[in-house]
Amino acid sequence: MKAAIEHISYYLPEKKISNQDFFQLFNESVKNIDNLLKIGIEERHVVDSNQTASDIAVKAAEKLFLDHSINRTEIDFVLFCAQEFDYYTPTTACVIHDRLKLSKHCGALDFNLGCSGYVYGLSLAKGLIEGVGLKKILLLTSSTLTKTFHPKDKSSHFLFGDGSSATLIIGKDGNDSSIGEFVFGTDGNGVNKIIIKDGGGRNALTENSYVEIEDDYGNVTNNASFYMNGISVFVFGLNLVPKMVNEILRKEKKSIQDIDLFIFHQANLFLIEKIRLKLDIPEDKIFNFMKDVGNTVSSSIPIALNEAIKCGAAKKGDVILLAGFGVGLSWAATIITL
Amino acid sequence: MNITEFIKNIETEIDEFEDGSLRPDTNLRQTKAWTSMHALILIALIDTEYNVTINGEDLRSITSIEDLFNIVKERVED
Repeated sequence: MKAAIEHISYYLPEKKISNQDFFQLFNESVKNIDNLLKIGIEERHVVDSNQTASDIAVKAAEKLFLDHSINRTEIDFVLFCAQEFDYYTPTTACVIHDRLKLSKHCGALDFNLGCSGYVYGLSLAKGLIEGVGLKKILLLTSSTLTKTFHPKDKSSHFLFGDGSSATLIIGKDGNDSSIGEFVFGTDGNGVNKIIIKDGGGRNALTENSYVEIEDDYGNVTNNASFYMNGISVFVFGLNLVPKMVNEILRKEKKSIQDIDLFIFHQANLFLIEKIRLKLDIPEDKIFNFMKDVGNTVSSSIPIALNEAIKCGAAKKGDVILLAGFGVGLSWAATIITL
Repeated sequence: MNITEFIKNIETEIDEFEDGSLRPDTNLRQTKAWTSMHALILIALIDTEYNVTINGEDLRSITSIEDLFNIVKERVED
């Protein structure tokens, strides 16, 4: 029995922030507009303060069920990838299980990863199908990262958008579609590169958590809010992604020419274009979808893949390389046949 | 590699720096236009042109284009 992606849907919160809105909030950034446009983002969706990652994940799942007439009682396992969970305990996947009215025989598991999360999720789903013998896995990704931003953190407000995705992965005999090999990687030495330092199990929130910290480039955050060392993460992506792509190609005994489409985590267009040039990937073999949604963390690959399918850039039988990289630092790549 | 060509590359890549506006002793971080986006453009340029990785700490340590040039030159020779 082989595991394969059957259907994908995604959900974006209604509230939108356009570049025009952004420049009204951060009017000193207007002078840098030409450079900022190279990032490739014009609009991002953001959740309301009372909306959680599970709320929007449920919306993506309901859309998946509706769009593809899926019988929810047949789901064997729900995997929930996020970084913002409803409670310390219980598992948010159990909350989602109840809200989606899934069967009592359905397993439910949270896993905490960011931009590499979707590819990790595919590997877990493949293991549950090909190793354990389950048939239908619901993989949910969700990001509400914008809720964690300091009001003065202009870089993060520009780059990120919220969003969720739902993917049905099924096991079938004699299926031409498949999820292939994987490469994984971690550099735990980079935990401080993308972090919310205080308010978790390690550091309690104190008065100091709210002291404003300004970086070399005038970007402001505090230890209770999201922090990203954008320069370090850019260097990481530029060096790491080409190596990861070559590694998965070697593992699958394929070359760039054998791949119909490349979908990278949608960090930003400037970085992806540099990666594309380093790998010599033809422009028409790479699919990006961030202009209207921004960087949606673990949802960025499934949202782009869904859009690629919808517009015909990805067709049945196509061989597609997916590569995620980010917070952790963590990365993973796979090659799927649609 | 020479510093004249290095400076020309930076002026070509970063729109805010007109031809002939940069000198070896220019401190990029103190130029009016300098933002984190310019740092990314510079890092990408040096990666593409010289196949050398420079990072945020390198950019923090330098006070002139010449300092940056020397870092790149050293790593090219390694």
